[in-house]
Amino acid sequence: MQHVDGNSLAGPLAEFLAFDVTMATARCNGCGDTAELARAMVYTSGAGTVVRCRSCGQVLATLVESGDRAWIGFSGVSAIEVRRPGS
Amino acid sequence: MSFISRGFSGRSRERDDRLPPGQTLVHDFPVLSAGPTPDIDTADWEFTIRTESGVHRWNWDEFTSLKIDDVDTDIHCVTHWSKLGTKWRGVSLDTLFEDIETEQDYVMAHSYGGYTTNVPLDELLDGKAWVAFEYDGEPLDPEHGGPARLLVPHLYFWKSAKWVRGLEMMDQDEPGFWEQNGYHIHGDPWKEERYW
Ligand SMILES: [Zn+2]
Repeated sequence: MQHVDGNSLAGPLAEFLAFDVTMATARCNGCGDTAELARAMVYTSGAGTVVRCRSCGQVLATLVESGDRAWIGFSGVSAIEVRRPGS
Repeated sequence: MSFISRGFSGRSRERDDRLPPGQTLVHDFPVLSAGPTPDIDTADWEFTIRTESGVHRWNWDEFTSLKIDDVDTDIHCVTHWSKLGTKWRGVSLDTLFEDIETEQDYVMAHSYGGYTTNVPLDELLDGKAWVAFEYDGEPLDPEHGGPARLLVPHLYFWKSAKWVRGLEMMDQDEPGFWEQNGYHIHGDPWKEERYW
């Protein structure tokens, strides 16, 4: 099967990447717990923001910000369920 | 008199020279953590170095019986603060690697709590790094990484892993926790190696 390049993501992924983070549900790939991100444990320091699983403490996500650049990592999340607007 | 004043201005210029680009001098000691502070009893603490040939292990008593260095050094945090003339006591990595043979050139430091950071081995040897357990004449406070933390003062301070529990030798340089998530693989403050 042929693949297409990442420009084709503009429609489908852009729609979902504008999701309401606190409403989204993430699955921890450490312990398998599935919970709204609003219930995760968040540690904030000057170096960055670290989101940890409420059940096992594993890092789910990170956010590093510097001026006009930011790095968003979901190293500990296997998938995120988002609510589709208008459904 | 003129000799003395010239001496003073020379010294103050030297102090400014100790600040890498983009850094501001602080006098307190800010705390940066990516998670909860682990509560580690020295009775349970151990330090390991894992190489291709096996694991070297020290418990707290063995570790603190090794040759202890007094270290007076400047530290530079990637969040733009630097602190000059900080005083530590700890065991030099040269001492820890004295009887260790390894062909592997890279190190991943592992901490209690799961934090990791990578440093090439040659940047840990020749008096460049310690495992420190005292700061300013006191046992190292848990919020600053106690019982013991890595101290690699010539790199940004995220490389000086708090609550360090061991070093794992690697064939290749691999990114640790912050290095995977936006921060620079090397982290030299004099080159401003802050991010990717
Ligand atoms: Zn979990």
